[in-house]
Amino acid sequence: MKALQITNLKKTYKSGLQALKGISLEVNEGDFFALLGPNGAGKSTTIGIVTSLVNKTDGKVNIFGLDIDSHSVQAKSLIGVAPQEINFSQFENPLEILLNQAGYYGINRKTAYGRAEKYLGNMGLWEKRNEPSRTLSGGLKRRLMIARALIHEPKLLILDEPTAGVDVELRRSMWDFLIEINKQGTTIVLTTHYLEEAEKLCKNIAIIDKGNIIENTSIKSILSKLDIETFFFDLRHAQSTPPVINGYDYHMLDGSTLQVDISKQQGINNLFSQLSEQGIEVLSMRNKSNRLEELFINLLKENKTDSQV
Amino acid sequence: MNTSQYFTAFRTIVIKEVSRFARIWIQTILPPAVSMTLYFVIFGSLIGPRIGQMDGFNYIQYIAPGIIMMSIINSSYANVVSSFFGAKFQRHIEEMLVAPIPNIIILSGYITGGIARGMMVGLVVTLVALFFTELHIEHPLIVVTVVLLTSTLFSLAGFINGIFARKFDDIAIIPSFVLTPLIYLGGVFYSINLLPEFWQTVSRLNPIFYMVNAFRYGMLGVSDINIQSAFTIILIFTVALFSLCLYLLNKGVGIKT
Repeated sequence: MKALQITNLKKTYKSGLQALKGISLEVNEGDFFALLGPNGAGKSTTIGIVTSLVNKTDGKVNIFGLDIDSHSVQAKSLIGVAPQEINFSQFENPLEILLNQAGYYGINRKTAYGRAEKYLGNMGLWEKRNEPSRTLSGGLKRRLMIARALIHEPKLLILDEPTAGVDVELRRSMWDFLIEINKQGTTIVLTTHYLEEAEKLCKNIAIIDKGNIIENTSIKSILSKLDIETFFFDLRHAQSTPPVINGYDYHMLDGSTLQVDISKQQGINNLFSQLSEQGIEVLSMRNKSNRLEELFINLLKENKTDSQV
Repeated sequence: MNTSQYFTAFRTIVIKEVSRFARIWIQTILPPAVSMTLYFVIFGSLIGPRIGQMDGFNYIQYIAPGIIMMSIINSSYANVVSSFFGAKFQRHIEEMLVAPIPNIIILSGYITGGIARGMMVGLVVTLVALFFTELHIEHPLIVVTVVLLTSTLFSLAGFINGIFARKFDDIAIIPSFVLTPLIYLGGVFYSINLLPEFWQTVSRLNPIFYMVNAFRYGMLGVSDINIQSAFTIILIFTVALFSLCLYLLNKGVGIKT
């Protein structure tokens, strides 16, 4: 079953801006799916159409097989959305916001209260349930929107840059929570600018640029396209002069950190041999965490070249 | 969603709306009570005795229904326009738009909130009026019906204003430049029989004139016009505005891009 099926979706704004030029996309049930793209690529427009906040110009959107036009009510009840911009009443407290949202989905007060306790608790907001929402920090506001999106326990959760502006600790705990609810069966579609986030969380990915899907595949498959990976080596002793390493592109970041680009054909053994011969001891090594970022930039560059041709 | 769930959604919107104006009662309930007190003091107690009787009633008794109706009209309009535009401005209208609520329930919820505030303010102003004059209700059913229909009609008008408003100025223009003149020229303070023929005809083009007179008929038993015509006109306007609101919501005018 496809949790989300988008077919030839087009959107032209009144200003004449063609935000979506006929994109098609499928997200399987249970998937953790990343929708990536630069600013203005069409990500939020896509999400806006799927969640009925933006009128489409043409195309079809199905949620678990239900057309959002002909089965609007049923389709909407399956989706939960946490948008990019803060969109709750600043005068209400988190508990009121969740109880009201539950009410809009026809959930009675008693059930809603139990769920509010659960999801505000999961997001570390239960203690702040009676505080005016405008007094919450940026990170907590984003968490509140995720709790609100979950109050009706949707089968498809759409998160539009949920961790933008969130500190590292909060971000990581949000990741753990999202992985957990995905394991429990919730399909998640995520847009993000943190490519490390997509790499860590998502199974499949689509890259959108200038209103077109330019890549739609699994994270594994896209990373396999990466010919060259960048590694960092932490050296036991600081080097006064850079080591001589034949056949690799490298440079010293500082006296004891060596950065080396290694292609799949080259492997890593030869590098270690050369370092050992020069008496250089490696304490630890790590690869650049945002490998996806390089691919992303390359794909956008290719798309730019193609559109110029 | 089933009927019970739709009712839960409707009740949620109504509770939210009523809580909103109740929470800020100093802005929503108190000002009309104060300004209407001034109307009663100035036009009723100070100037009224010099005017004498109108349609067989003391001037203060004659204007009391109009003043109550004026506060109901202003309050129901203001409640919906400010609440709906506020929801648009802060974007929390999106909470309802993503939820599986039919637009007719969203509209009905907002309108019920407007009716609730209109009736609450109307009640407070009626209590204020009792300090200045005796009020006896001639036709209670007509009074209740006119209050309900009028507050519904002006809640709908406020909703339309809220849909089209893009900035806070836009929600002040209509009340200042359209609503207030129509109310003042709608026979709140005088009987149109005092006007020359031409201005009597012009007054009959003003929908508020029918509401004030229908309400006055319910309270005092006197009216410048036929009560059935008044109800017909109010009903036509209400149905027309309700249909227009629903059409605009379904099209997503002012709320969807």
